[in-house]
Amino acid sequence: MNPNEVLRISWEAILKNKVRTLLTMLGIIIGVAAVIIMIAISSGTEATIRDQITSLGANLVFITANFTRNGPPRGGPQTSGGLVYSDATAIQQQIPNVAGVSVEQGSSQTVVAGNVSLSSVAILGSLPDYLSVRGMSIASGRYFTAQENTDYTKVAVLGYSLAQSLFGTNDPIGQSVMVGSQRLTVIGVLAKKGLVGDVDYDARLYTPIQVILHYFIPSQFARFLGQSVRTIYVQVADPTKMNDTIQQINLLLLQRHKVTAAAPDFTITTQQDIITTQGSTTAAFRSLLAWVAGVSLIVGGIGIMNIMLVSVTERTREIGLRQSIGATPSDIRWQFLSEALLLSLVGGLIGILIGVGGSYIFNAFGGMRTVVVPSSVLLAFCSAAAVGAFFGFYPANQAAQLDPIEALRHE
Amino acid sequence: MSAATRTIIDTQDLKKVFGMGDVSVTALDGLSIQIQAGELVAIMGPSGSGKSTLMNILGCLSTPTSGKYLLDGEDVSGLDKVQLAAIRNNKLGFVFQSYNLLSRTSALRNVMLPLIYDRTHKVPREQWEPKAKEMLEAVGLGDRMDHQPQELSGGQQQRVAIARALVTDPVLLIGDEPTGNLDSKSGEEIMKLFLNLHEQGATIVIVTHDPVVAQHTERVIHLKDGCIDTVVHHGHNPSEAVQ
Repeated sequence: MNPNEVLRISWEAILKNKVRTLLTMLGIIIGVAAVIIMIAISSGTEATIRDQITSLGANLVFITANFTRNGPPRGGPQTSGGLVYSDATAIQQQIPNVAGVSVEQGSSQTVVAGNVSLSSVAILGSLPDYLSVRGMSIASGRYFTAQENTDYTKVAVLGYSLAQSLFGTNDPIGQSVMVGSQRLTVIGVLAKKGLVGDVDYDARLYTPIQVILHYFIPSQFARFLGQSVRTIYVQVADPTKMNDTIQQINLLLLQRHKVTAAAPDFTITTQQDIITTQGSTTAAFRSLLAWVAGVSLIVGGIGIMNIMLVSVTERTREIGLRQSIGATPSDIRWQFLSEALLLSLVGGLIGILIGVGGSYIFNAFGGMRTVVVPSSVLLAFCSAAAVGAFFGFYPANQAAQLDPIEALRHE
Repeated sequence: MSAATRTIIDTQDLKKVFGMGDVSVTALDGLSIQIQAGELVAIMGPSGSGKSTLMNILGCLSTPTSGKYLLDGEDVSGLDKVQLAAIRNNKLGFVFQSYNLLSRTSALRNVMLPLIYDRTHKVPREQWEPKAKEMLEAVGLGDRMDHQPQELSGGQQQRVAIARALVTDPVLLIGDEPTGNLDSKSGEEIMKLFLNLHEQGATIVIVTHDPVVAQHTERVIHLKDGCIDTVVHHGHNPSEAVQ
C-alpha cells in the first residue's frame, strides 16, 4: 500500500472521532509544552543571572573575607584582622595587570536633607575606581577623587532613586546632607542601575572609604574591625592572564595575612565562578524539570497505547474486512502504527505551539524571563515521535496478527 | 459456449481438521467440487455441515489441512498469508451478510477500498475514482456516491458492498448469506442483481440457508458432516448436463 494512502486512512480515522483524538493527544501536548516551557524558564533564569553578574563590571575578581560578623575563626592562631584596607592598596601597587581596585565597606545611617529624613540608608565606602570596576556611570556631577579619599573629605555621591527621594526635582549637586551626625556635600548623582540580586544600587549613598572608616564605623567595634573592609574588587586589564593575576593576589594576601594556603582567611572568586555555581544549580533544576516533563510524555504515550488498543478491538470487523479485500498483515500494522504516530506528531506540534506561545506569554505578561531553546523544541518533538512509535507498535502488531475469519465474525 | 468455459474452482479431496490429536474435529472430509466460469452456485447445509469452513477456504481466508484447491487454475492451497491476501485482492470479491462497509465513509470511498491494497496496480491511481463510480452506477447507486452507509437503506448498503466486490474485476464472487439481513423485497432486488451479474458472465458462489435464494441458482450443493450430501440442478446449462 502506498504511503500516501496509509496516511490518508490514518488521518481520516483520527478525524472521525475528534473529541477522543484530542483527549488522546492531551498527554503528549502537555508533555511537549511542559518540556519547552520548563527549559525556556530555566534558560531565561540563567540568562538573567548571567546578565546581572556581567553587568556589575567586566573581568572582575572578588576577594571576600572568610569571616565577617562572627569574628575570626576560633582555635587557630590569630594572625590578622581579615581583609583590610591596606590589602587593597598593596594589590594596587604590587600586582601587575590590574586596571582598577576598589573596596566596599558599608554602614547604615539616617540621612536628612532639608525636611526629608530617611532612616537606615545604606552608606557605601569605596575607592575612586569603583564606577569603572562595577560598570556604573555618573548621571550628573562627579565621583570623588583619590585626594578626597586620603583627605577624609566629607563628600557624597547619591544613587539615582535616593537623590529623588531626598531632593525631588531640585538639583542636589552642592547641597549638603546630614548622614548620621556628619554633614556631607553632594558632588554627584549616579545613573540608574536598578536592582541586581538583592541589592538596590540606586538607593545607596556612596562616599570615600576613608570617610566610612573614620566617621561611621561605630567606635566600640573599631578595635575589633580596625580598617577592615567587606570586599575588595580587582579589575583585570588583560582577561587572558586572569589566572596568573589571581595567583599573584593569592600569594600576596597569604603573605600579608601570615596564613597558609591550606587555611586562608579570604576567598577569591571570579564572575565566571559565580556564573558556574549559579549555572550548576539551575542545570540541576533544569534536568529535574526535564525529567518531570519526560514522565508526562511517557504517560501521554501510554494514553495513546490505551486508545489504540481500544480502537483495535472496536475496529476488529473493519480489520477483518480490510484483510478480506486484500490487506496484508503489514498493511494493517502500518495503518495502526501511522495512526499512533500521527496522533503523537500532531499532539507534538500542538504542544510546540502551546510551549513556544506559553513561553512568550510568560515573558511578556508573567514577568518571567524565558528563552526558548531551539534544541528543546527539537528534543520534545522527537520524543513525541519516539513515544508514538514505541507505544503504537504493540497495538498495531495486535491488529496485524488478527485472523481474518475471527475478525470478520467479531461482534 | 463451451469454448469459453474454464474451471474457476477445482478442489481435490479437500480436508480441514481443527484441533490436534484426540480433540480434533473434521470440518471438511475429502471434498471435491468443480465450478466452471459463469456458473451461479449455492452452497447449503445445516450449521456444522462445514459450509462456512468451505467458504473460508474457497475465499482464501484459510487453507485446507490437506487436499488441493485450484482457483482459476492456480494452486492456492499452500500459499502464505501475504500471498493469500494478494489472491483475495485480485481474484475474489466478497459480499457479507452484514455488508461490512466502513462507517462515516462515503459509498465512493468504500467502493475504492480494495484498489488501495492492489500491489499489481491493475487499476492506475487516477482510474480509481472513475472505476468506483462506474461500479456504483452498475449497481444503480449513481446518485448516492457521496452518501455514507448510515444514510443508506440495507438494500442500498448491500449494493455498495457488491460494487466494492466487483471493483477489482474478480474471477469469483462469494456471497455469505448476502440477503440474510434484508427484508424479502430488498432481498429479491439483491438476488436480481446477482442474476444480472450471472447473465453478464460472472462466476458466483452463494452460501445460504435460505431455499428461496437457492432456488434462483443453477446448482445447489448440499453439505452434511463435511461431505457433499446432494447436488440439485435447476438450470438448463448444456455444460451442466454433461456432469
